[in-house]
Amino acid sequence: MEILVCVKRVPDTSENEITVNRDGTDIEREDLVYSVNEWDNYAVEEAIRLRDTGGGSVTVVSLGPEETEEVIRREMAMGADKGIHLMDPVFEGSDGRGVAAALKAEVEKGNYDLVLTGAQADDGAGQVGGMLAAMLQWPFAALVNHIEMSGDGILKIGREIAGGNQEFSEIRLPCVLSIQTGINEPRYVGIRGIRKVASLEIPVHGTAELGIPPEAVGEVGAKVKRIDYFVPQLGDGAEILEGSQEEIIDKLIELLKSKGGIK
Amino acid sequence: MAQIFAYILHKDGVLDDTALELRAAGATLDPEAAVTAVVTGSAGDLEKVCKEAARSFDTVWKVENDALAYPNAEVIRPLMKRLLPKNSLVLLPHEHFGMDLAPGLSVALEAAYLPDSVAFEGMEGDVLKAVREEYSGMVRTHVRCNLSTGAVITLRPGAFAPDERKDKTGEIMDKTPEVFQEGLPEVPRRYLEMVEAEAGDVDITKSEVLVSVGRGIEEQDNLEMIQELAKAMGADVSCSRPIVDAKWMEKSRQVGTSGKTVKPKVYLALGISGSFQHLGGIKGSPFMVAVNKNPKAPIFQVADVGVVADILDFVPNLTEKIAESAK
Ligand SMILES: Cc1cc2nc3c(=O)[nH]c(=O)nc-3n(C[C@H](O)[C@H](O)[C@H](O)COP(=O)(O)OP(=O)(O)OC[C@H]3O[C@@H](n4cnc5c(N)ncnc54)[C@H](O)[C@@H]3O)c2cc1C
Ligand SMILES: Nc1ncnc2c1ncn2[C@@H]1O[C@H](COP(=O)(O)O)[C@@H](O)[C@H]1O
Repeated sequence: MEILVCVKRVPDTSENEITVNRDGTDIEREDLVYSVNEWDNYAVEEAIRLRDTGGGSVTVVSLGPEETEEVIRREMAMGADKGIHLMDPVFEGSDGRGVAAALKAEVEKGNYDLVLTGAQADDGAGQVGGMLAAMLQWPFAALVNHIEMSGDGILKIGREIAGGNQEFSEIRLPCVLSIQTGINEPRYVGIRGIRKVASLEIPVHGTAELGIPPEAVGEVGAKVKRIDYFVPQLGDGAEILEGSQEEIIDKLIELLKSKGGIK
Repeated sequence: MAQIFAYILHKDGVLDDTALELRAAGATLDPEAAVTAVVTGSAGDLEKVCKEAARSFDTVWKVENDALAYPNAEVIRPLMKRLLPKNSLVLLPHEHFGMDLAPGLSVALEAAYLPDSVAFEGMEGDVLKAVREEYSGMVRTHVRCNLSTGAVITLRPGAFAPDERKDKTGEIMDKTPEVFQEGLPEVPRRYLEMVEAEAGDVDITKSEVLVSVGRGIEEQDNLEMIQELAKAMGADVSCSRPIVDAKWMEKSRQVGTSGKTVKPKVYLALGISGSFQHLGGIKGSPFMVAVNKNPKAPIFQVADVGVVADILDFVPNLTEKIAESAK
């Protein structure tokens, strides 16, 4: 199977405090640590496993600025065969549809049987996979946590639904699946693995190479636009216990006892 | 404004809780508008669901077919394309079904897609100003969404207060013949079966006190200190999703929308950031304590009491003190 996996470079939220800049136009990006979107890493692992059992190839594609190359390379170090970098100044300010439109053009340049995306990325939208599928007029399934081959041109998939229950279906290839975390255990990538792929060529495609009109992407093409960022103030917030650790612990034990939290 | 539709989820003849949230959201979009509920399903339950929906919506559009017995987004999307007029505004909940149907529906309808809204802040002409969350709730954004060519909008479950008045006597219109004029669309994804989550050794939905651990625990070996704390407190241990994804704990211990819904009296969240999918599994407003090393973690917005600390250091000391005080 020829598999394309869409990956995004995002700030690592478990490593960083995300704060809003002074005028609310963006988050503070100075000291952020970036990595590959958690969901996408599971998608790449799944693609590698499918290739290793059924043959074929895995290509990772990512749309983003210069630095995006580092996550493409990381996923190649994991075991992807090829990387493609979609970069063009006019991509700036794209909404989900713009990103999907660029990815669609890239998919059509290849000969893919299966496209995987993450279930969601840093903006929490979970939109690019479903839009991409619809643009390609390929079938789609969201939140996939199980994939197996099931006869010719058919996959048996599990989707995670409420309460941790699993919905099984059969889906026809070619299709787009959005991958939920927990589908596998992504392999570890060490420095050495990254060094091995350091010199591999990663082609860069812009709107010209993709053959899409610049106005289909970027801020101009966007129907949804961000105005500003702010930090939510919900309710009163927690009473933060202050003092030395001992004092805090004593206070906490007292509170827990009064609420029935310590039996 | 264009016509507003609410796609209604239902199961076993009962409306999903989100239905009344969609009604409330529809009214904030346009207080004058008559919101139409779209209900798809197969004979049996469908009539009952439509009657119930008619108590909350001005009009109910019913679509009935055996192929709709199980809500398969790949069947429903092309039917919606046939059914909905140009430039419609379509509301859906942002959960596993909405995430499956909605992004592709927006493309099919050539409409805007506004995912996972948590609030609407009014219209400026054809443009809706809405609020979304990014970076797992650490920041929010205002967004503008142009509704002039229609829009598909998903709403975060629980974010819009439900309108529970049930004061309508909506007309139920059978749209089945219209939708199936061209027959059943070809279906590329066939539903097979549902497999229920396995029951674990402890039923956390019954626990009164939960010590819940998240990614902040860093390593599997550190889980032992959580077990010890829970033991000292007489509590059960639960967790957030990454702990289950890493296979460190069983799925049956996961709290959240894709895990268990718990209703303890006391909930101690250790190294959990407070994503809405996690919080969505905590009901009954327990007394919530959060321990997190990041003072800006969203969990502090919803907890009653917070401690800014490294759990790896704090938890063993807390356990020791509790054990001492029990003597
Ligand atoms: C469709 C869908 C369904 C989902 N369902 C669920 C669900 O049912 N349940 C669920 O939990 N999630 C669910 N998620 C995942 C959810 O979006 C979050 O990714 C997840 O809840 C994050 O878990 P966490 O808070 O443990 O980790 P993180 O968000 O990574 O937070 C870790 C926290 O620990 C803190 N921390 C780190 N180290 C320490 C330390 N040493 N001491 C103290 N604090 C520390 C950090 O400051 C951070 O706040 C779902 C996601 C999707 C897309
Ligand atoms: N800039 C991008 N480049 C490549 N893939 C992306 C990009 N943005 C989103 N995706 C894919 O779409 C998925 C869902 O992202 P989103 O719709 O932004 O929540 C991600 O997990 C990726 O697989």
